[in-house]
Amino acid sequence: MITIPYLTALSTYFSYGLLFAFGQFRDFFRKIFDWWQASNLQGYAPICLGLEDFYIRRLYLRIQDCFGRPIASAPDAWFDVVERYSNDNNKTLKRTEKISRCLNLGSYNYLGFAAADEYCTPRVIDSLNRFSASTCSTRVDGGTTTLHKELEECVANFVGKPAAVVFGMGYVTNSAILPVIIGKGGLIISDSLNHNSIVNGARGSGATIRVFQHNTPPHLEKVLREHIAEGQPRTHRPWKKIIVVVEGIYSMEGEICKLPEIVAICKKYKAYVYLDEAHSIGAVGKTGRGVCELLGVDTADVDIMMGTFTKSFGSCGGYIAGSKELIQYLKYTCPAHLYATSISPPAAQQIISSIKVILGEDGSSRGAQKLSKIRENSNFFRSELQKMGFEVLGDNDSPVMPIMLYNPAKIPAFSRECLKQNVAVVTVAFPATPLLLARARICISASHTKEDLLKALEVISQVGDMVGIKYFPAEPMKQLQHQHQQPGKDTIKSE
Amino acid sequence: MDCSPVKTAILGGWAKHKLNSTPDPSVCVVALQVAMESAALNFVNTTLNWVTLALDAPAARAVVFGVHIGGHLFVEVLLLVVILFLLSQKSYKPPKRPLTKKEIDELCDEWVPESLTPPITEEMQSEPPVLESAAGPHAIVNGKEVVNFASANYLGFIGHEKLRDSCTFALEKYGVGSCGPRGFYGTIDVHLDCEAKIANFLGTTDSILYSYGLSTMFSAIPCFCKKGDIIVVDEGVHWGIQNGLYLSRSTIVYFKHNDMESLEKTLEKITAKNQRAKKLRRYIVVEAVYQNSGQIAPLDKIIKLKEKYRFRVLLDESNSIGVLGHSGRGLTEYCRVPIEKIDIVTASMGHALATEGGFCTGSARVIDHQRLSSSGYVFSASLPPYLASAAITAIDVLEQNPDLTSKLKENIAILWKGLSDVQGLSIASNPESPIVFLRLEKSTGSVKGDLQLLEDLANRALKEASVFVVVSKRSTVDKCPLPVGIRMFVSAAHSECDLLKACSSLKKVAGVVLKDHICA
Repeated sequence: MITIPYLTALSTYFSYGLLFAFGQFRDFFRKIFDWWQASNLQGYAPICLGLEDFYIRRLYLRIQDCFGRPIASAPDAWFDVVERYSNDNNKTLKRTEKISRCLNLGSYNYLGFAAADEYCTPRVIDSLNRFSASTCSTRVDGGTTTLHKELEECVANFVGKPAAVVFGMGYVTNSAILPVIIGKGGLIISDSLNHNSIVNGARGSGATIRVFQHNTPPHLEKVLREHIAEGQPRTHRPWKKIIVVVEGIYSMEGEICKLPEIVAICKKYKAYVYLDEAHSIGAVGKTGRGVCELLGVDTADVDIMMGTFTKSFGSCGGYIAGSKELIQYLKYTCPAHLYATSISPPAAQQIISSIKVILGEDGSSRGAQKLSKIRENSNFFRSELQKMGFEVLGDNDSPVMPIMLYNPAKIPAFSRECLKQNVAVVTVAFPATPLLLARARICISASHTKEDLLKALEVISQVGDMVGIKYFPAEPMKQLQHQHQQPGKDTIKSE
Repeated sequence: MDCSPVKTAILGGWAKHKLNSTPDPSVCVVALQVAMESAALNFVNTTLNWVTLALDAPAARAVVFGVHIGGHLFVEVLLLVVILFLLSQKSYKPPKRPLTKKEIDELCDEWVPESLTPPITEEMQSEPPVLESAAGPHAIVNGKEVVNFASANYLGFIGHEKLRDSCTFALEKYGVGSCGPRGFYGTIDVHLDCEAKIANFLGTTDSILYSYGLSTMFSAIPCFCKKGDIIVVDEGVHWGIQNGLYLSRSTIVYFKHNDMESLEKTLEKITAKNQRAKKLRRYIVVEAVYQNSGQIAPLDKIIKLKEKYRFRVLLDESNSIGVLGHSGRGLTEYCRVPIEKIDIVTASMGHALATEGGFCTGSARVIDHQRLSSSGYVFSASLPPYLASAAITAIDVLEQNPDLTSKLKENIAILWKGLSDVQGLSIASNPESPIVFLRLEKSTGSVKGDLQLLEDLANRALKEASVFVVVSKRSTVDKCPLPVGIRMFVSAAHSECDLLKACSSLKKVAGVVLKDHICA
């Protein structure tokens, strides 16, 4: 749980209150100003109502330069950030030709496949020449090539399930699968911090949705018992089926899901488990097979395993892995399979090649090296940050580490100061996180070297002092070869 | 009441009477009444005087906090006490008996869920044909070369060397994926270039790129349509639009497929119902070339209706970009409508432009709003950079070779002529649409039967005649009521003999398969 210091909470509320008041003030003047000018809507209702984008116009636009920064090279460990300037106080940003080389702590490049790779890229270009950039057709029409078949087999083997089906985009995978496997009369129990794609898919399915407290198996059990006993709302008929949706690593918290307990509970109450491994596939586990391998859960116990290829494999697309019947049914009914263009062949080849590298089938040990490197890097970085006194969330072994900022003014301060020193970080605020809990999120990659990490630590420490986000007392400087976790810091992490 | 003069008069009369001893009955009665009245009056007067004195007496006067207490206050206090007593009484509720732990355990044990998927039937096990080469006008299926009518490769860009070169360059520079959403270092300069190029090509102010064609519509619609808005939509739209409408939770009204009179009637009905509609947003959603039937929407009529009834138009141009109009700019050029009149234009780039992804274009306000509230844009990784650069190259090639669109038109005309006399099948699409949609003239009576027949036809065409055509398939969650049929996607890269071969083979195969279903 995040324990926000009392004084910080007060000052954050005060800051937001001030910003809100200023925003309303300006809106008031804008309304008067517009009233003088004739409106050119001529009887149409405005396409965006005033209140809907109040947050965007008055709060977000002030710090717009911290988001959406364009880059001019591959999102590797070091990349080129394009500089932008604004003439009208951040309302519009214009590109310049200048670029600055920065350390990349923001892209999802867990295993370092983001840039051109010596094994993958020649094969990708080969498949581009053979199959061209797109098939222009859906999978059921003329879009299935031998590459797609090979990809699905490869993915099924890697994940540890009998069969798999691949789609061109991870977001659509969630949104188009849930309506097909569950409908009205079913119950979806999802974690309170699940990703927007799962929420959309659940809403689109028409089933009843209930939420359980983030990563708390006893609460899940309570919710399950209550709802099975009560039945459907109002009619009290028994539910047709119950699906529990959890994620492997939660991208905003960096926490790993408590999968063994959740699977045990679901087995007891006969609910189906849907695991979304967008961030954890390829990044955790001894051979990169995800949370199931890390936590020792048998893949046969998880009914539906979903994942994306954007993060660890350096490509695009998503997959669903499950039993042969499930996959056959999905291939017959899922709209993303029937109506959407199939995944681009070069992207498919990249996934196949990167899986081969991870498993060591390319003849080298680069895969194993990458996996151990990312584990080392994440554990080292996290422990160092905690020693410096930052409030860092997330579990051990997870490559995602959010640093709490809280105050809205610290978000642009942290981001801009780091950029000045050539370190590119990602800051997240409302609405992706709760209002009070703004944070900076660091994603570690296997391609970061030790020097990169040390430089990053130095810069973050400096900026942290300047901005004032070291909420915990710093520990005295120990030697930097310290690898394992401090026992006292366990209370800060998820519980 | 002062009746003393009356009293004295009457008493005087009585006295006179007594003295005169002449009986006067009326006067006697009246006098008696008066006496009684006066006695009663005296009595009441004396009691009132006594009560007033008593109350005015210093002992009974109470001044509480400077407030004078009168007699009525006692009554009020009494009433207040009664009310408080009644309020404090508990209302009657039947006793609640929550389920005990044992009962919940029993219920949980008894409950049996349905299986995750329904049992697998025969038709679910059919696999589509597997290509072994690029999906160009000629493809290799099962080792044999076939004429490919299953890819929406309208301008023949698959395998084009300029696209290949730009993709190779982008792959070597940027790698494959973009590794992040647009807000977090996933914006690569090719994305910005691509957006500018598309806006330039179509003549709008700005455009926004999505990473998947299907997600374009179902992310753009919930951005602008919220609960309470009204959307009038054609009943034959594809699933992406249907899903977007469902997620937006607005009121949805369907009109008959491509029927302008039905549209006008619907608009009339809605405007009549909602007079006080100042904050209500109203939209018409149509596709330029319908995926499910090959019809083309008559945009000029729609614009006239839109301006008459004050609706906004959302147009999906997936199958018309690069196809319609003499320079390939889509339906707006074809119908000679300025593009500023359409509020939101979306399209998938997986058809004519031969890459993946989609875009949405319109005025600056529309596009800016989507950059922060469109879920498929904000919460998803951005388009891989090599696909964006392929899109830029495709538009470049199209601008330099506008004769590709006329070649495509010629091919469509040839195919139309050839297929117009196939027995058992009729062409249901517009003569200018690149999707040639063949429907059964006489249906078997059920959708399943139709599908079976058509699948048979397509399989035979592939095996015996090496012509690859596909049947339109429907998902279980798709609500489109249009009939199924065979879809052929014509490409500018098809040669004339390809097209003639396709026509003759289809005629032959249809003659064999449909011989029981041919109309007399």
